[in-house]
Amino acid sequence: MQPGKDGAVDAGVIGLIVIVAIIAIGVFWAIGVYNGLVGLRVQSQNAWSQIDVQLKRRYDLIPNLVETVKGYAAHERETLERVIQARNMAVSAHGVAEQAQAENMLSGALKSLFAVTEAYPDLKANENFLGLQEELTATENRIGFARQHYNDVVAQYNSTQQQFPSNLIASKFGFAAAEFFELDEAEQAAARTAPAVRF
Amino acid sequence: MSASQKTFHDLIAENKRNSVVLVAAFCLFTVIVMLVLGLAIIGFADPGALSHINFVEAGIIVLIAVGIALASALFGYYAGDKVILGVSQAHQIRHDDDPELFNVVEEMAIAAGTPTPRVYVIDDTAPNAFATGRDPEHASIAITTGLRGKLTREELQGVIAHEMSHVRNYDIRLMLLMAVLVGTIAMLSDFLWQAMRWSSFGGSRRRDRDREGGGLGPLVIVIMVLAVILAIVAPVLAQIIQLAVSRQREYLADASAVELTRYPQGLASALRKIDADSDVLEVANRGTAHLYIANPIKKFEKRAGSVFASHPPIEDRVARLESLLV
Repeated sequence: MQPGKDGAVDAGVIGLIVIVAIIAIGVFWAIGVYNGLVGLRVQSQNAWSQIDVQLKRRYDLIPNLVETVKGYAAHERETLERVIQARNMAVSAHGVAEQAQAENMLSGALKSLFAVTEAYPDLKANENFLGLQEELTATENRIGFARQHYNDVVAQYNSTQQQFPSNLIASKFGFAAAEFFELDEAEQAAARTAPAVRF
Repeated sequence: MSASQKTFHDLIAENKRNSVVLVAAFCLFTVIVMLVLGLAIIGFADPGALSHINFVEAGIIVLIAVGIALASALFGYYAGDKVILGVSQAHQIRHDDDPELFNVVEEMAIAAGTPTPRVYVIDDTAPNAFATGRDPEHASIAITTGLRGKLTREELQGVIAHEMSHVRNYDIRLMLLMAVLVGTIAMLSDFLWQAMRWSSFGGSRRRDRDREGGGLGPLVIVIMVLAVILAIVAPVLAQIIQLAVSRQREYLADASAVELTRYPQGLASALRKIDADSDVLEVANRGTAHLYIANPIKKFEKRAGSVFASHPPIEDRVARLESLLV
């Protein structure tokens, strides 16, 4: 038995164990961050498709609304026709940009329609109309909240993707930043003007 | 931009930090109490064991107390929402029963990215609402007819967002944890009184001292005295901490509601309407008070600044909401 040598071997073994443990912890951490990024990316994709779900719910309600309003406010033909036109364009739009444009036009047309109906007390008292108005208001809100939720998820994903040290894993495995849902300049200008109402 | 202006992100982060500190302090407090009381109970119950500090037996006593508290709290957790909905005579509604209410709830579920909770209505003129559910997949929201009739759509949305935020923030689980800790402390205190009553401590100590020359005497006495003090003070202190946590979570739910609606005025206006109403909610009591949006026990409302309030004063909540930048 040689006392000196035994001591050196022990220290070596301990050192090896420590190094292995550190590497293992590092690997587990990296796996955790990677999975977290994947989860957030999938969530943002899901949130994006939820917006479409809410957009499509709108299309079925609009013909009903137009018929009810026609009965009481035949003079407002212009406004009504704009709504129907915008709805048909939105249904048949292809591609993200075209669809986004059509959707914004439809929102604008609906805003004008609701503003106009303020002048017709009989219409406002009609239960059918009130029910439809609530449903359409809710649909517009749902679209808005779906977009808000999408942006919230994207904010979370982008933060994780860019903050240290998770950004190391993100860039190594090709996680790109996601885009926020934004209106382009023309749409912003249109969205911020109040609908024109003439009685 | 003044330094005091905050966004709801700031408020949420602040509240979560405060919660962590409070809960950690509470857990530490509970562990100490459990240790001391556990040992003291052994001491009174079996003075012969005092010659050595017996952690194993103390541990068993503590586990029994935790077990009982946990069982009753878990029952409340799993059956609780059915029980409270039953007791409140709440009936579930579908979309067509109240489209506006249902739509408001669905909109908030979309903003939160969670499934739409079940919606219940309670027939009561007092304005109040509550949420229950261990996670967003098993959530229910209930609202009184009194509140339903008073609020505009935006105010209703603020209230629903607040309630759903309680579920999102897992407040139900947190309150379960608190209930278990408080229950355990109360039970241990009770065990101690029982052990003291039935012990033959005085006589045995003389025997022990004769046998062993009183080796651990001073330490044992210190533990006993500490235990008696704790048995009196700890249950009350535990409740105070629990209520402090409850108030913190109410502020957090308000800030989380703004995260969903992005419209603090809605909730602020609803809270003012609720505050102005003097109607008392008949089905609520002390045990269920923390689930409601405003303290349903009107007596406490005026003393809301006290440490025994489950909810912060409404003026404070409204002030915080109105100062928010969105």
